[in-house]
Amino acid sequence: MRELNMPSVEYTLENTDFYKKQKRIALRNCGVIDPEDITEYIGRDGYLALAKCISEMTPLKVIQEISDSMLRGRGGGGFPTGRKWKFAYDQVSDEKYVICNADEGDPGAFMDRSILEGDPHSVLEAMAIAGYAIGSNYGYIYIRAEYPLAVERLEKAIKQAKDLCLLGENILGTTFNFDIEIRLGAGAFVCGEETALIASIMGKRGTPIPRPPFPAVSGVWGRPTIVNNVETLANIPQIILKGASWFNQIGTEHSKGTKVFALGGKIHNTGLVEIPMGTSLREVIYDIGGGCPNEKKFKAVQTGGPSGGCLTEAELDTPIDFDTLVAKGSMMGSGGMIVMDEDSCMVDVARFYMEFIVGESCGKCTPCRIGTKRLLEMLEAICKGEGNMEMLEKMEELCYQIKESSLCALGQSAPNPILSTLKHFKQEYITHIQDHTCLAKVCKSLLEYRIDIEKCKKCGVCARECPTSAIQGVLGKVAYTIDQVLCIKCGTCKNVCRFQAVSRG
Amino acid sequence: MKSITDLKRMQESSSKHLHLQNTPYKYRILIGMATCGIAAGAKKVMDTLQEEIYAKGYKDIKVISTGCIGMCTLEPILEVLDKCGQKVTYIQVDPDKVLEILEKHILGGNVVEEYTIEKRS
Repeated sequence: MRELNMPSVEYTLENTDFYKKQKRIALRNCGVIDPEDITEYIGRDGYLALAKCISEMTPLKVIQEISDSMLRGRGGGGFPTGRKWKFAYDQVSDEKYVICNADEGDPGAFMDRSILEGDPHSVLEAMAIAGYAIGSNYGYIYIRAEYPLAVERLEKAIKQAKDLCLLGENILGTTFNFDIEIRLGAGAFVCGEETALIASIMGKRGTPIPRPPFPAVSGVWGRPTIVNNVETLANIPQIILKGASWFNQIGTEHSKGTKVFALGGKIHNTGLVEIPMGTSLREVIYDIGGGCPNEKKFKAVQTGGPSGGCLTEAELDTPIDFDTLVAKGSMMGSGGMIVMDEDSCMVDVARFYMEFIVGESCGKCTPCRIGTKRLLEMLEAICKGEGNMEMLEKMEELCYQIKESSLCALGQSAPNPILSTLKHFKQEYITHIQDHTCLAKVCKSLLEYRIDIEKCKKCGVCARECPTSAIQGVLGKVAYTIDQVLCIKCGTCKNVCRFQAVSRG
Repeated sequence: MKSITDLKRMQESSSKHLHLQNTPYKYRILIGMATCGIAAGAKKVMDTLQEEIYAKGYKDIKVISTGCIGMCTLEPILEVLDKCGQKVTYIQVDPDKVLEILEKHILGGNVVEEYTIEKRS
């Protein structure tokens, strides 16, 4: 082999600022191994945690280890995983079930998909460990059909694990049996809620039911069931191998370990990041994410998807953990983190999330089904410049009513995007209502395209491209103008003008 | 596998394979082939590289598809690891670049600096 002529600096991803502040536990194998080859996973200590559990530890000892690690659910709720397992362990039943919740639905979130596509065996191994701990022999992975590659890799992984006696009957020659089945979801957001998910697995309509009884007592087929998120599970083998005390040294007092975020929006380095809990939002957005591109000014960051809220510049030094984000009016959620700059209209952001919720509300609870629709109508009116100040009070009141009277987390948290934007950006709502202006120039109805007759070279390109023939002028003789009544504000004229004569405002 | 001893034995040999020990391979090339990488064109890069390796009959290069490496903006990402444990990350790779990397880096021993991830500190 020839000696490699290495440059003076090492050109690897690990040397970038993007990587330096990250700590990879759930993502440790993503981008390192071939997810379709089980031997590569085994080469990275794969299935050794399962072997350790079934050969050296009692189920109670496994649960104790997970409890001691203080691992909390990564799907959004943040419930202590060890406690959930203990509840299911304590139930007496002929069968119990382990469910992996891979129904990732938040707009802009792709953490679970990446783990399943990059390291499916870590999730399978953790499910088997959970099964051993609570006394279950059967697991379901509930994954949305929109993730075909993840489904394909999971299917291959399950087959490979079964061929090697790492799943199925008499795992590694012991008496422990554990099998896993994949259930495809049809992409309903509400099915990420555990009781709706369980209903969907049983072939019923995906709507939530009141708790208690909690799934740990009565879940799939009326049997004790634990539902754990993909990322939660991906942490489990490492906790078993390295010990609870290793894990709970990472993070803050009440939130241990790391969290994966899907960093997106107006940010330089979009991507998947895994950071220790307690890292500040500023570090994530500026040090890892590289800040907003094109030297635009940072405006807000949205965490927690449609259930979360927006945080502003003033809160950027907040350490990220379950409790501080809630205290600031947002939430950790499953890990979507969308950065917005000065070109983002916060009323439009609230409208976007509400539109999502209206489409995804299952319709069981009236306040969520009809209330969110009324909220959306008011937001749309404001975006069109047809709102009034009374609406702001009405919206806020309705938000609290929906929060208090909805059965599941979807409805309870649906108004959060409105409440948090109202709290931090009320002035933007007022500008839309009173001045009929969208300062971020996002709300189309409030915009006007104009042609500067000084700059217009009378070339007629804009008039030719205009889909509604709203632009009048005479080629080479009379400067072109836009008829505001006919204009649909599509922006084509601005895009095609080579002389920057068209302005938007 | 019938026992935990079998698993541990497999772990030891697979771990060595990951570091290219006890294998005929001199290079391990990883291409990010999660949904994000494929959307950015990683499949074409993978096909081009594999066709070239097959056509030329190189036996000491192992090409694997891996999951999401992390930086969506820089996809398709390709990483070259050698037996000494040295690693180079190439970004925004396309079929032309991958052939150049194969020729200059893998066969010639010179890192194609202009396609690597720049050191940002």
